[in-house]
Amino acid sequence: MARNLSMKDAINEALDLEMRRDPTVIIMGEDIAGGAGGQGEEDAWGGVLGVTKGLIGKYGAHRVMDTPLSESAYIGAAIGAAACGLRPVAELMFLDFMGVCFDQIFNQAAKFKYMFGGKAQTPVVIRGMVGAGFRAAAQHSQMLTPLFTHIPGLKVVCPSNAYDAKGLLIQSIRDNDPVIFCEHKNLYASMADVPAEAYTIPFGEAAIPREGKHVTIVAYGLMVHRALEAAETLAKEKIDVEVIDLRTLSPIDMDTVIESVEKTGRLIAVDEANPRCSIAADVIANVSENAFKALKSAPKAITAPHTPVPFTPALEDLYIPSAAQIVDAVRNQMK
Amino acid sequence: MSDTIKQVVMPKWGLSMKEGKITRWLVSEGTTVGVGDELTEVETEKIASAVEATDAGVVRRILGEVDTIYPVKTLLAIIADASVPDSEIDAFLAAYVPPAVEEDEEVVDVYSTVTLPVGEIRYAKYGSGDKTLIFIHGFGGDCDNWLFNTSGLADQFTIYALDLPGHGRSVKGFTDASLSGMADVILSFMDALSIDSANLIGHSMGGAISMKTAIKAPKRVKSVTTFGSAGLGIDINMEYIDGFIGSDSRREIKPFLEQLFFDAGLVSRQMIDDILKYKRLDHVPESLRELADTVFTGGKQSENLVEAFKATGIPMTAIHGADDKIIPAAHSEAAKSFAKVEILAGTGHMAQMEKSKEANALIAAQAK
Repeated sequence: MARNLSMKDAINEALDLEMRRDPTVIIMGEDIAGGAGGQGEEDAWGGVLGVTKGLIGKYGAHRVMDTPLSESAYIGAAIGAAACGLRPVAELMFLDFMGVCFDQIFNQAAKFKYMFGGKAQTPVVIRGMVGAGFRAAAQHSQMLTPLFTHIPGLKVVCPSNAYDAKGLLIQSIRDNDPVIFCEHKNLYASMADVPAEAYTIPFGEAAIPREGKHVTIVAYGLMVHRALEAAETLAKEKIDVEVIDLRTLSPIDMDTVIESVEKTGRLIAVDEANPRCSIAADVIANVSENAFKALKSAPKAITAPHTPVPFTPALEDLYIPSAAQIVDAVRNQMK
Repeated sequence: MSDTIKQVVMPKWGLSMKEGKITRWLVSEGTTVGVGDELTEVETEKIASAVEATDAGVVRRILGEVDTIYPVKTLLAIIADASVPDSEIDAFLAAYVPPAVEEDEEVVDVYSTVTLPVGEIRYAKYGSGDKTLIFIHGFGGDCDNWLFNTSGLADQFTIYALDLPGHGRSVKGFTDASLSGMADVILSFMDALSIDSANLIGHSMGGAISMKTAIKAPKRVKSVTTFGSAGLGIDINMEYIDGFIGSDSRREIKPFLEQLFFDAGLVSRQMIDDILKYKRLDHVPESLRELADTVFTGGKQSENLVEAFKATGIPMTAIHGADDKIIPAAHSEAAKSFAKVEILAGTGHMAQMEKSKEANALIAAQAK
């Protein structure tokens, strides 16, 4: 049976299954239970968008912790707890808030294994909302994947659908290294067929939601859906598009991308991040270096502009790369 | 509608197929064809196969284009006798109204679950008819291995296809990982669904399970039809079994899956992805290992069911691909003394998919 689950519910299910299986898995963050400090239900919020609802009832307040409004404190605590034997999943409500705790993440968690000669292990997962289109404005809508991807010692995951979200989150919790798990707020309601059982998806394995032979479109997160829309439009013009969903940005599956470009000869990388040092730029540089002879036309990056995310809806909609932009870019490459 | 002008349309293979892509025409305008001749190769999400002519005549118009996707029921070609004038065919096409694209006409969910002593078992139920068929997949498979067969037989029989323990969406663990334990699962499945007796159809290890079920409870089994069956000899391609269990990526598993088919091109990306998704469920690799160690101990088939099955006197059809690389066709050939044997040329280990039309005819003949 198609067991249709939203990405939000798939994430909740992943946390539930792992917390049931492994008593060292704990979750912490701002209002992830949402009742502490007020009278009435323990579970008043279950996370700002309800992703962690129901877990405090099953696992108790010692494993589902509402934290103070201080990222540097509780992300630091999660990282320390990981180094001491727990497997915390800490929530950065919006990944945009990483600024105040970035030292904990990039100088401490990312480097412990290396600086302690392998004696320290930091199995922490930091999950946070990313992405624009929610009318949440400049400080709550960014796609900061490039910043985390740049840091050796961090793994960076950004699923595009509910099935991948559950498998990749379970994989992240079982992984012994720090993982930044990005949840696109505009994909929380998207549905997919998700098995009830626990399952994993390896890091560094891209998915190919659509095969084609004329052009390769590399994307991740919400942009996978834009690429697939563009591919539907282009199919009517007999242009056969291959869409690659990176799923994990670090480690990244460049083998699948290269194999695809060697088949199609054309590359478009779509990224919701800002253009400088984006994932799109990284992919294009790698392909140009490793598959130059296969290219029939110049690779193209389609990203957000080099501006913060606008607040006014009309401008925010222009900010996010669209299927129409992708269609135009493909038509240009096919000339 | 014209009696003399025959339409070739995009077929519907399996309940979920919505569209198919033409990859190659095997005939051209002017070719004379007979019933059953292959006209065009079509690729769907699940499999690639050929569309066969259901009428004899001359291919007069080819309308479908290569590398183009068409919804099910789209008119792809016209066959008519040479004597039918072109002007009549032109008139037919000018007046032709394409059928409405089906909008999820069968939203009926065919899948259900039932709780047995071994745990929760998923199964699909199709069709209606006074005779009952139960389809049993093989090692590493699931009930969807039978999609071409259930859709072809649902108008004649009541059909069940289940996921064995350790497979598909059924419980991932066994109380008894032997053929006998699996036969018990089939019998408890029949008990739970109040199926008094049925015709069992099994593929590979599922064939051996069908035979074992007949041996344990002959009154419950009306007939057995097997495809590439285990239980008839000692040989098994253990490299395939170990490779299937041990692979965890597309690149690793593809060459093993290609061994299943006469035409390696039938292994689609969707098929590989579906199998990897199954293998990545918790406890699947351990379950498959336990099953392989029990049923194929030391790299050989652990049980030979020939004598015990012969003694039941239950009718059996043993079908086998001549080019089966997993279990040799000779095993089914040797069943001649007690079974109707059909060896299919140009066919590998997945005869029920590779030659579904012949398969369905043989299944129906045995069950009737």
